[in-house]
Amino acid sequence: MNKETAINPIEKKKRALPGEMMILIILIAMFIVLSIASNKFMTWDNMSNLMKQTSINGVVAIGMTFVIISSGIDLSVGAIVGFSGILASMLMVGGWGIAPSVLVAVLASCGIGVANGVLVHDGKVPPFIATLGTMTIVRGVIMLITDARMISGMPDDFINFATSTILGIPALAIIWIVAIIIALLILKFTVFGRNVYSIGSNEEATRLSGVNIRLNIYGIYLVSALCSAVAGIMLASRVGNGLPKGGDGYELDAIAASVVGGASLSGGEGSIVGTVIGALIMQTLRNGGNLLGVNSFILEICIGSLIIVAVLIDKAKKK
Amino acid sequence: MENVLVKMEKISKIFPGVKALEDVDFDVRAGEVHALMGENGAGKSTLIKALMGVHEPSSGKIFVEGQEVQIRNPQQAKKLGLGAVYQDITLAPHLSVAENFFLGELPKKAGLVDWKKINSETSKTLTELDIKVDPKKRIKDLPIAQQEMVTIAKIVHEKAKVIVFDEPTALLANEEVEVLFELINKLRDNGCGIIYISHRIEEIFELGNRVTVLKDGALVETVNVADTNKDDLVRMMVGRDVGDMYSIKHFEPGETVLEVNGLTHKGVYEDISLEVRRGEILGMFGLVGSGRTEIMRGVFGADPYDSGEVKVLGKEVHNKSPKQGIDSGVALLPEDRKTQGLSMGLSIEVNTNLASYSKISKAGVINVNREKERAEYYKDQIRIKTPSIKQKVQNLSGGNQQKVVIAKWLCADSEIFIFDECTVGVDVGAKVEIYRLFEQLLEQGKAIVLISSYLPEVMGLADRLMVISEGKQMATIDRSEFMVDGRLDEERILRLASGMV
Repeated sequence: MNKETAINPIEKKKRALPGEMMILIILIAMFIVLSIASNKFMTWDNMSNLMKQTSINGVVAIGMTFVIISSGIDLSVGAIVGFSGILASMLMVGGWGIAPSVLVAVLASCGIGVANGVLVHDGKVPPFIATLGTMTIVRGVIMLITDARMISGMPDDFINFATSTILGIPALAIIWIVAIIIALLILKFTVFGRNVYSIGSNEEATRLSGVNIRLNIYGIYLVSALCSAVAGIMLASRVGNGLPKGGDGYELDAIAASVVGGASLSGGEGSIVGTVIGALIMQTLRNGGNLLGVNSFILEICIGSLIIVAVLIDKAKKK
Repeated sequence: MENVLVKMEKISKIFPGVKALEDVDFDVRAGEVHALMGENGAGKSTLIKALMGVHEPSSGKIFVEGQEVQIRNPQQAKKLGLGAVYQDITLAPHLSVAENFFLGELPKKAGLVDWKKINSETSKTLTELDIKVDPKKRIKDLPIAQQEMVTIAKIVHEKAKVIVFDEPTALLANEEVEVLFELINKLRDNGCGIIYISHRIEEIFELGNRVTVLKDGALVETVNVADTNKDDLVRMMVGRDVGDMYSIKHFEPGETVLEVNGLTHKGVYEDISLEVRRGEILGMFGLVGSGRTEIMRGVFGADPYDSGEVKVLGKEVHNKSPKQGIDSGVALLPEDRKTQGLSMGLSIEVNTNLASYSKISKAGVINVNREKERAEYYKDQIRIKTPSIKQKVQNLSGGNQQKVVIAKWLCADSEIFIFDECTVGVDVGAKVEIYRLFEQLLEQGKAIVLISSYLPEVMGLADRLMVISEGKQMATIDRSEFMVDGRLDEERILRLASGMV
């Protein structure tokens, strides 16, 4: 019935303040409040710590954003984080060099992404179910190959990477920033980026416009798996061990970051900038809460409420 | 004297920033069909929503059978005996017909649902209205036309005295429309008041007793249908004379650009042959389900076909995907803009370029300046009304949305344009603009295949008309043959379409 609404002037006013602005204001407000509340918050150490904490989840969230914009969902990202970390650790402990280990782990993880794509596109399995399945399988595989034991004894060079800095910026954060820039460019300037949005908005119309849906769906889940694989390597380096349970629950954080950042689970909407801010908001809440000595359970309640409030505000704005 | 069922007085509705309705008077009497007409945005839906309790009017009074009422929600409207059949079916698809009838108030017997009663009562209402549907069937297994009938029956079952029909024929085929009209007439004869909204002017004259025209949220006039004519109505709606909507320039056809020989998809269509030349419109008329859409989807590459030969621009092709179809020079403007034609949540800019990003990108990287230029160019060329190409297409009117689809295919350098039911849900003013666009396309030497189940349109525009019935090609007739003494021989076409030779 919305054809009667035609173009209403309200719509234009909203345009002037994009969704990202609102959450950016929230983030800035949080920064201001926390700086006042704790003199430890706005220190170089804490900021660099915050960046490190956010970066791993942040990279996963970037991949998730691609999937969510395309109106899919990827529950297997957490398991892939664990898988890629474990595989790289095992190879390194087994005597492989750092580079080949990482490369093999990332490639193998990408294979899982393509499998997700095949299930979703060719098998017509709903993304939620397809990736729930692969998530469970991958978790099972991890337990099987590690016997549920931690993998330790990785080369120092690998472990030191996570604590190293370039120009004072943590290396982990740099990887995140690079991922952000690449993702931004892809979504803004490439045909693939346009297709991701268009498939999310209307897959059939996109198909009838001559877009190869199959390749694009594979690509989308591949991007997600690739991001998770990179995050898995980052995590392994940071922890200094391969953890069988590594990445547990990351899928939920990634979904939350995207959604707080304005992505719509019904597809066609979302942005990398939004997701980055979303991830920062959640991590800042945790970081600030810790500094202020807030009970961590209460913090989780706050984060949960934040996700709901963000979506409620978004819905209210669209009315 | 006349039994006025509903009277709306000086209704105004102000949305923030927009005055959607201003001092509109409207009433419905028992035993009449009162048509409500106007362009998109004229305020028809807002008026109906005010009556049905969806929007509360900002000012004005509503009387139901003489009693002043405040209708705050749809439940209340239902209790007052007001019902509406909207364009989109509003039944629960996975429940049975009978369950839908009793939704929310299932009768119980000893604490359990009384299925016997539900089915028998539903059956009774359906029989009364002469609707042949099994009450135990699930809604999603019924064709659209029957779903609509069930919706109407449900409203009758709820004892509605005033029933609103909002573009009920938009999705129906000709013979289904007749069944619907019979039903509406029956309801009228039973003393119901009918409010009938449609963009199809011809229907008003077939069905209406009175007609009210709205324009820009204000009442233009309420007149007896018998005292007016088509041109007057159009003038009232558009505010100017549009003349004969369908009079477009016809051109001398050029070379053949699309040739189809013996195209067959078993069980769907058989042995279809046609050709389309530059500068002409080939009309394809057939009832819904006759296979006309499927034939052209086969040519385009959206659906497969079994055998036959397709030649585009002199080259033999077998398009197996839309991509191949586009590359060969064919454009398909599908029947449902919202589900097949456009990515509604995205901008005009993206939708315009969607089918041809390969032309403005290198190694997958888009030349964003060209992207913008093209969208701006076509926005101006075909006059898409919008403040900006960044506007989401869902915020555009139906006519403007259709223009965006056309822009998309102009961008893709298509030579053959297949328009499938392209004016459904498009108001008169915008229709005329779309027909002008046809003219422009033809002038540029493009060829058009126009699929339509709306006879006045397809006969009014086509240079040649192909009639399809049950997947078979009945005839292809030249304009000179169906234009007899300046009048359209509709009867002949209809007879062909229903399989009578």
